Amino acid sequence: MKVSVQAEPFDLGAELADFGTGRADVGAVVSFTGIVRDDTGAMEALELEHYPGMTERAIAKIVDQAVERWSLSDVTVIHRHGRLGVGEQIMMVATAARHRVAAFEAAEFLMDYLKSRAPFWKKEHGPEGTSWVAAKDEDEDALKRW
Amino acid sequence: MIDVLYFAWVRERIGLPREKVETQAVTVADLVEELKAREPRYEAAFADISALRVALDQDLAEFDAPLEGVREVAFFPPMTGG
Repeated sequence: MKVSVQAEPFDLGAELADFGTGRADVGAVVSFTGIVRDDTGAMEALELEHYPGMTERAIAKIVDQAVERWSLSDVTVIHRHGRLGVGEQIMMVATAARHRVAAFEAAEFLMDYLKSRAPFWKKEHGPEGTSWVAAKDEDEDALKRW
Repeated sequence: MIDVLYFAWVRERIGLPREKVETQAVTVADLVEELKAREPRYEAAFADISALRVALDQDLAEFDAPLEGVREVAFFPPMTGG
């Protein structure tokens, strides 16, 4: 298992190259990458604030739940903080399991929980100034399916 | 003495990221009332606690949770990770 909260970019290819390989109990690897999107056409940057200490702890807890529920063989979660440009990678999740259904479901579960239970806050920077991104009701609702 | 931390717009409204607070508050809600009574900027930050979340020693908690034994309280808006 790997959890990293970092300002630096990550190398997605390097992270996935050996992930889940070289062992007999893995038949499926799923990965998700989050990218900074610009919905308004005027965003200059996305700033991510986090709660050092609690962030790592909250993510580790979510990962433990996923590992137990889907009997995962391996998990990687990397989440960046700081100022990110449009088109940059924000975060990634990778899951390794015996079967693909478990790997897909666990990746979705991790994403749903990271969205509203990991202490990150997004702020958009644009020509008119800055604004905090509000949490969406649908993100909270997404937790109910688990 | 407990450490009180603020994040995102709560930090901006109050104007500082953390402070040490001498308090006899029994619950988080009591602490919020004490802070609100201090200055308008606290009043503004805590005007609607349904828009806030709280963590006690880095675990999410409720506003009616007791503060006994707690070293670190953090207030912040709903999280927007991922």
